[in-house]
Amino acid sequence: MTSLSESPAAPAPPAPSADVRLRLYRSMVEMRAFEKRAYDLFLQGLVKGTSHLGLGQEAVAAGFGVALRPEDYTFCTYRGHNHTLARGVPMAPVMAELMGRQLGLMAGKGGSMHLTSIPHRMMGSYAIVGAHLTIANGAAWSSKLRGAPEVTVCFFGDGTTNIGAFHEALNLAAVWQLPIVFVCENNRWMEYTPISSVTAVAHPAAGRAPAYGLDPILIDGNDADATFAAAASALERARAGGGPSLIEAETYRHGGHSRADPGKYRPDDEVAAWLARDPIPTYRARLVAAGVDEGALVRVEEAAQEAVDEATEQAMASPPPDLALVHRDVFSDGGATWRR
Amino acid sequence: MAEMTYRDAVAYGIAQEMARDPSVVFLGEDIGSAGGVFKATVGLQERFGKGRVVDTPISEQAILGAAMGAAMTGLRPIAEIMFSDFFAVCWDIVANEIAKARYMTNGQVALPLVIRSGNGGGARFGAQHSQSVENWAMAIPGLKVVAPSTPSDVVGLLAAAVRDPDPVLFFEQKSLYATKGDVPDGELVDELGKAAVVRHGPAATVVALAAMVPRALAAADELAREGIEVTVIDLRSLVPLDVTTVATSVAATGHLVTVEENPRLCGWGAEVASIVAEENLFDLDGPIVRVTTPHVPLPAADALEDAALPNVARIVEGVRRSLA
Repeated sequence: MTSLSESPAAPAPPAPSADVRLRLYRSMVEMRAFEKRAYDLFLQGLVKGTSHLGLGQEAVAAGFGVALRPEDYTFCTYRGHNHTLARGVPMAPVMAELMGRQLGLMAGKGGSMHLTSIPHRMMGSYAIVGAHLTIANGAAWSSKLRGAPEVTVCFFGDGTTNIGAFHEALNLAAVWQLPIVFVCENNRWMEYTPISSVTAVAHPAAGRAPAYGLDPILIDGNDADATFAAAASALERARAGGGPSLIEAETYRHGGHSRADPGKYRPDDEVAAWLARDPIPTYRARLVAAGVDEGALVRVEEAAQEAVDEATEQAMASPPPDLALVHRDVFSDGGATWRR
Repeated sequence: MAEMTYRDAVAYGIAQEMARDPSVVFLGEDIGSAGGVFKATVGLQERFGKGRVVDTPISEQAILGAAMGAAMTGLRPIAEIMFSDFFAVCWDIVANEIAKARYMTNGQVALPLVIRSGNGGGARFGAQHSQSVENWAMAIPGLKVVAPSTPSDVVGLLAAAVRDPDPVLFFEQKSLYATKGDVPDGELVDELGKAAVVRHGPAATVVALAAMVPRALAAADELAREGIEVTVIDLRSLVPLDVTTVATSVAATGHLVTVEENPRLCGWGAEVASIVAEENLFDLDGPIVRVTTPHVPLPAADALEDAALPNVARIVEGVRRSLA
């Protein structure tokens, strides 16, 4: 955690325990393997529609995922595969949802942009920029009214900081002192336009925090130790009744905005510099340097690959959804009947 | 039995539900210490406390988002959008988020919430504070849409809306706030999707909603003086829509006139008319007539607003056109 005047990477946070570090590494490796497979399946025409991959941004989702308690709530965006897996949602139904199969997390009714698993308190992936910040507030408000020691974490992209709902949500969370952590994943590009070219302050989230009475928190979103430390600190603050936090995690997406986008508008040297800061190999090197047995890391990598292979097989084996689902669950009686 | 205003029935109905169920909470602009801009929520914060009756900033997206998130996690919120015109600034939360959550998640999410709003014209507030937007809501799959015309319906339908497992948009007609009616003693719980036949007559079926119901009844009185006795149906709810009551009446009368505040294009009467035309054409002995506000924004001046909204004379003329 750094102040705005410092370089994001400057003060190293205290290192998490060896166990936590291995969990962070495993989480990131699983996300990476999943997203690469999702990309391959697009190319084969097996994943239809659109999809927004989290390749390169794994350290943010992993840091928070490991720090969260089972009772905490996650809200995220259409770039939400990583955050969904981070809550322990099994890979197979997520993969099947991307492929539009019966096994899908929502039996194919939501798709890539709306992954939701209420039993895992993964409260939804939202595809209208900014809306879910206001909804996440509602979950946090509910926790507070019920006296439940739950914290809500809400992830969003840099582009969200310029839409009205962001400001409405931040203000209300601060006024109501809600147990919520807002996490801006600043990957420098909205879709095809750099956030810096359309934003009045240098740090789109952290720079706005003081307007809501919040501390500006800027972290290296490619460093899993840093994201875990920031998550643990903000979650503890919220759980203790200290109110909301707004964290800006600087990161980079390795690919384009969505599957149709090769991301060619980004300068080559910028891409190269961020690829050199890939959160996974850099973290691996740090763990090895810290004396972690490399064999243990290889086992994590192999297990992740096997898990993705198995999830892919299960998803491919699943049939298309039952067509009767078109007419189900518009209303709570299970149907779509609007007349009497 | 107590006589009360439509306005007081709102607070009475909310109190009935908040006293019964501690998970019912209420949020909106000026609803607490001020008692609401229409004074429809007076006394609720004193009675139920600032934790459950919460004043918000002027942030309609934040209000409805908070209601949705709370409904996802164990509460039954009632949210107020002060004027229904303001739905335009938070329609994303209504139409994209609240309405679709259950469907998109394959039934994982239930949203037991109510959004109350002051709707409709007649108060000389001009084009941005006078619209009737119940037809906007009706067009979105996943929402239930209710608009009471009497104090007892306010109480009973509000209770039904709060207890309903689905999101309900509850339109209170601003021009009805001062009207009075009897409300039965004791707990009052109505049913969504049930129209009320408020006058019986063989000549024609007049279907109305909210503030148009008393006007339709006044038109029926005028027609009765000429010996034309019409049926008047208070639809009360657009989703669910009580097609059975309308169709049964049309089968008996052979004539259908709808009376709606919505501007002409795609007002709710168009849906009712199309259903009857599609399913009951051979019951009809004359054209279906829609009496609507013309396709204009509502003007502010009293003379102009009165000329735009459906009135008794236009309803009478509409019935005559169907009978001609």
